[in-house]
Amino acid sequence: MAKHLLVPTLALAAALVCSLAVHTQGPMPGAVYDRDVKGEKPRPAPRRDLAGIWEPATAGGGIQGKGALAMDSCKRDKATGRYVVQQNPPLTDTGYATVDCLKPEVEPPYTAEGLARLKAHKPVEGYRMVPDAVNNDPILGCDPGGFPRIVLHNFRTSEILQTPTHMVMLYKFQKRYRTIWTDGRELPKDPRQPAWTTADRLPPEPRWWGYSVGSWVDDYTFVARTNGFQDDRTWLDNAGLPQSDTTEVEETYHRVDANHLELSIKITDATLYTRPWVALDKLRLRLQSPNLDIQEMECSPSDQKHYYEIFGNNTGLAPDAGK
Amino acid sequence: MKKAGMRMLGVAVGLVAVSVPLFAHHGAAQFDVGKKVTVKGAVTEWFWSNPHCFLRFDAAGADGQMVHWAVETQSGPNILPQGFSKQTFKVGDEVTVTLEPVKNGRPMGRLLRVVLPDGSSLPLAAADAGQVPGNSPQN
Repeated sequence: MAKHLLVPTLALAAALVCSLAVHTQGPMPGAVYDRDVKGEKPRPAPRRDLAGIWEPATAGGGIQGKGALAMDSCKRDKATGRYVVQQNPPLTDTGYATVDCLKPEVEPPYTAEGLARLKAHKPVEGYRMVPDAVNNDPILGCDPGGFPRIVLHNFRTSEILQTPTHMVMLYKFQKRYRTIWTDGRELPKDPRQPAWTTADRLPPEPRWWGYSVGSWVDDYTFVARTNGFQDDRTWLDNAGLPQSDTTEVEETYHRVDANHLELSIKITDATLYTRPWVALDKLRLRLQSPNLDIQEMECSPSDQKHYYEIFGNNTGLAPDAGK
Repeated sequence: MKKAGMRMLGVAVGLVAVSVPLFAHHGAAQFDVGKKVTVKGAVTEWFWSNPHCFLRFDAAGADGQMVHWAVETQSGPNILPQGFSKQTFKVGDEVTVTLEPVKNGRPMGRLLRVVLPDGSSLPLAAADAGQVPGNSPQN
């Protein structure tokens, strides 16, 4: 072979080998979600590190129809794995009969006001769900779902960016983000008049996503607290559990190993609940390839309007339907 | 069909059945859960959106009158790995739709399976869906 052809020929051969390797090893990193593999032994957890793209380890594990307190699934038939559908489900306080397996095993500890606010909510998910035509869920008009709803119901693929001063949480659902400050600032002292206690603070301003501060309690456990929310236009979850401007959320991230993170959420709100309660208990997340491209899941008011005109507004039940 | 193929089909059917309550923006309040209807008609609109897409098609009713159907699917990002895309249907396509109807008797429901003009059907089997870039069949 002529010398001048040697280099290009070798380069072509190398490219072919690489190409074959890609094809024989399956999809490129980030082309599909990484899932747990039976028998795998992840490396130890890195110290004080949450950075990366995270996805519920169990497919769909962060997207449940029961709402807070109930991240496990409905009852399933053991043989087929399919949901058990009740033929004659009971009526709920919304006037509609829905699949009873959606009811959480434990109810949150409502105050009288909390229960009243719950009953004013007509969700399209959870055991009190109603048809689209009669719901009053704020996010279905594309209002912000806020925090912690984005985690308690729709925790989809999310990325955590970690800097020396803060964490940024990037959420796929509705393409939202929030900041957890780690620079030592304190949580707003009055959740109804929230503002940072820094020298150049702006006037108080309640927020859909609240004010968040966080710190490491050990090398593998990061705890964030959030308050300063808007009014009750934000719900805690898709099942209509209430939230208020006195809600405080404690968010715990525990790095189990190099591939896994566990996320828990505790709710404190003396207006709505008689005691603090755990709304999410160790949701297991799996680290994804840094090459994973997170899809858009944007809420478009014009799309929603068309959907409701053609479909949602026409789903109301006949008076005796479902009873 | 070979055993492996049957297993794959079982997985696919299971995923479709399970994914409905898990991933839609709403639950089953308006649907007659477990009931299935199959209708053949011509596409009038394919609306690609979040949190739900929907397909509208016209089909002749039992009395010969044209019935205007609307069936929803999950959101665009959720059904991409099942083989759907914004270009899946065009107006005039002849399709056969198997759907779970709404309880109120209107010609509406949620799409369970659709046979396209070329004879192929959606959603894809789980194994094929897993190879769609950027997705897993479950998400």
